[in-house]
Amino acid sequence: MEINAIALHEQALKFRAQRNEVLSSNIANADTPNYKARDIDFGTALKDAQTNTISMKRTSELHQQAWGTARGGNRTMYRIPTQPTLDGNTVESDVEQAAFAENAIHYRASLAFLDGQIRTLRFAIKGGD
Amino acid sequence: MSLFNVIDVAGSAMNAQSVRLNVTSSNLANAGSVSGDPDKVYRARQPIFSSFQQTLADHDGISGVRLRGIVESSAPLQLRYQPDHPEADENGNVYVSNVNTVEEMVNMISASRSYKNNVEIINTTKDLLMQTLSLGR
Repeated sequence: MEINAIALHEQALKFRAQRNEVLSSNIANADTPNYKARDIDFGTALKDAQTNTISMKRTSELHQQAWGTARGGNRTMYRIPTQPTLDGNTVESDVEQAAFAENAIHYRASLAFLDGQIRTLRFAIKGGD
Repeated sequence: MSLFNVIDVAGSAMNAQSVRLNVTSSNLANAGSVSGDPDKVYRARQPIFSSFQQTLADHDGISGVRLRGIVESSAPLQLRYQPDHPEADENGNVYVSNVNTVEEMVNMISASRSYKNNVEIINTTKDLLMQTLSLGR
């Protein structure tokens, strides 16, 4: 169903935004001694959210289904650095920058998909144009 | 909206890096200063950063940068024999500040790179936010 696709992309956007936050805090702390870089595994986070859904009880099959996701615990994990540093910081700027760029592109992709879904829905509602 | 936090986090990092740049410029400006009294000589300064955890339950793993303080270097001062210097002590020596110019140049480049990184982060995030705002138009 159309709505399902919207919900999926909405969730994807949420996680992308969260990952954006985590990655930006890694880059912000690139020079902070003893800071440990973190990341969110997008795939497992999304799968988690999809399996932990809560939905409203329906008394009739004709009722609209409404659902939300149960908030999971902390999904951030520490990154394993390829090169250790003297000050105990595990941020590798280039890795983080690449991840940030990739994440931003995925965010834009999800936005585009969502935009398309909304356009399609509107097209159907209006019966063209 | 969690993307707004990114601007705070990157902003705190830019603030920290600009302090670092300030300290570096102060060090470089005073690199050659001398004094006859070892207690009055300029000593290289270094900012200390620490990460600043946001306490919101929703935002695990998000931390900005906080400046914990500025410390003076304890590296030994250079002693220079210059009896004609007006500041020279009774033995004709002056003390030269312990600023290491090479170190400071490296610090300067590192600080400006980090600052630029954070500016890029803010720009990208701003773009994403603007696109989100125009969703469905």
